[in-house]
Amino acid sequence: MSELENKVSKDYMELGKNRRKTNNAKQKSVLRRKESLDIIVCVKHVPETAEAEIKIGATGKAIEKTGLVFDINEWDDYALEEAVRFKEKLGGTVTAITVGLEDADGTLRKCLARGADKAIRVTDAKFEGSDSYAIARILHSVVKGLHFDLVLTGALAGDDGYTMVGPILAEMLGVSHATMVKKIELGNGVAKANRELEGGLEEIIEVKLPAVLTVQTGINEPRYVSILGIRKAMKKEIETLSLADTNLSENDVGEAGSWIKIEQMFVPPVEKQAEFIKGNPEEIATKIAEIIKSRGLI
Amino acid sequence: MTEIFVLAEHRQGQIRDITFEMLTKGRELAEKTNSDLTAVLLGKEVKEQAKALSEYAKKVLLVEDAKLENFNSEAYQKVLASLIKKHKPLLTMIGHTSFGVDLAPSLATALKLPLGTDCIDLGFEEKTLFITRQMYGGKVNVKATVRKSEGYIVTVRQAAFEAQKPAANGEVVEEPFPLTEEITKKRFIEYVLPPPGGIDITAADVLVGVGRGIKDESNMPVVEELAKSLGGVLACSRPIVDKGWLSNDRQVGSSGKTVKPKAYIALGISGAFQHVLGMKNSDLIIAVNKDPNAPIFSFSDYGVVEDLFKIVPPLKSKIYELRGRKA
Repeated sequence: MSELENKVSKDYMELGKNRRKTNNAKQKSVLRRKESLDIIVCVKHVPETAEAEIKIGATGKAIEKTGLVFDINEWDDYALEEAVRFKEKLGGTVTAITVGLEDADGTLRKCLARGADKAIRVTDAKFEGSDSYAIARILHSVVKGLHFDLVLTGALAGDDGYTMVGPILAEMLGVSHATMVKKIELGNGVAKANRELEGGLEEIIEVKLPAVLTVQTGINEPRYVSILGIRKAMKKEIETLSLADTNLSENDVGEAGSWIKIEQMFVPPVEKQAEFIKGNPEEIATKIAEIIKSRGLI
Repeated sequence: MTEIFVLAEHRQGQIRDITFEMLTKGRELAEKTNSDLTAVLLGKEVKEQAKALSEYAKKVLLVEDAKLENFNSEAYQKVLASLIKKHKPLLTMIGHTSFGVDLAPSLATALKLPLGTDCIDLGFEEKTLFITRQMYGGKVNVKATVRKSEGYIVTVRQAAFEAQKPAANGEVVEEPFPLTEEITKKRFIEYVLPPPGGIDITAADVLVGVGRGIKDESNMPVVEELAKSLGGVLACSRPIVDKGWLSNDRQVGSSGKTVKPKAYIALGISGAFQHVLGMKNSDLIIAVNKDPNAPIFSFSDYGVVEDLFKIVPPLKSKIYELRGRKA
């Protein structure tokens, strides 16, 4: 055994010591399998809006979703990649979980193709109107029954941007957390993480495992998934659970179980209205160059 | 009398701007709800900072302990939970900063108090808390209500409110460190400064900022050449650094640099708040974006609704023409 292998082996022996004991059956299976790392990744299926023109829908409380392309939330994509990299390095399993409707299977297929072993979709018409708190509670109802050393998710979701699912889930699970993470090292029963602060500063902190870490974009370079990978993933089963499969009641989910209720959506007020330069590209270029010149910058 | 708590954020001895911004908004809310404004300061040897805060609030609650020297959400959460249980503030305001997002969600969950995050405005109407926040990268705003409760917690976006100094002369009240148990789950190790060297985008007169609209790394020379023609420097929004197309010393925004050049030309940047925070005070802002509703246009002097690839090449030629030389 090389020195590195030796170290890695020792690292996850240590990880094993700090395993969360959820239930005996799970614990036995872990012992049988010897030491490895079980990671849960929480993902969200969201519309891509960074480059798209978006409109407020007829209800005035949501955007018009037709015509938008949906994909895995960008932050969750980095979390997924990080999970798969740990699995490749240390062995173990990656389970992807989402709360969403059937179309969210697209995001789960991507997780499976990327290297997740298992995918779970928690789905129920009664979840409609859930905010991040209700979503975290639904995730908790499922995650608490699974064995995990680490839960990874995006620091925020590109649609609602609440920035709260990860730490709420951690609190409900009674485990530690770190948010806005740009680097993770595992070993000796802890996760050492670089957290992104403001202005280019980072802090290094250490949290005990098991833990929930929320990932900031740029932590890694998510790999592209091959067509073959996606084809293979199409054959894998996606487990679906509904409200009845959880220990939650109707009052725990949807609008009733949420902290935040959206009343009205509107176009942001303009701070400084831009003067729009119109014409063909040549004319526009001439105008811009003149503006820059008028400022004495050419 | 009910209270409004503002959690002071400080790092390496410095109180951060968000604290004064929240105290300004907190003062307005306290007046409207007939409450007292209280700044909450947790730290180690921070009496001087407590004194500074007393000029902004009716009261400064000060808790000092070695465990509070550096921000640690586990220690902060336990101490703050104890203070909230004791004082029962109507509202606790925390910055929507890297510290705040590590603290507020688990604190709210532990206390079973509802939390509204990343608020750009908030207020009480008939005892209901209304918050305004943004969605979809700042492309829409929403007004939302927070579930009715005895107390609320919010995180407040940086620079959402302008800090004003009132003529307050508050008292500093020391509270004993309430924890008997150890902090065991989380440990602060150290700060990591950005690597020295690299390019200083804050010193440039002309910045060409590039965003997602550039699409592919192979297109980067298009914007590099424009920056060169202007004698300017290439800067970017976060996704470009995340993809590794430019190094992070080129990043403009809350997690990068704050710049104030004589001209900022934003190409294919939608204008999410995090980016805008770093460049909105530039003398001249010209934005090119395909999306006519891109938030960047609300912060620009001039806007062009067009594909950047159609504008940049002729623009580069025009600039060389004005400079009297060939590209």
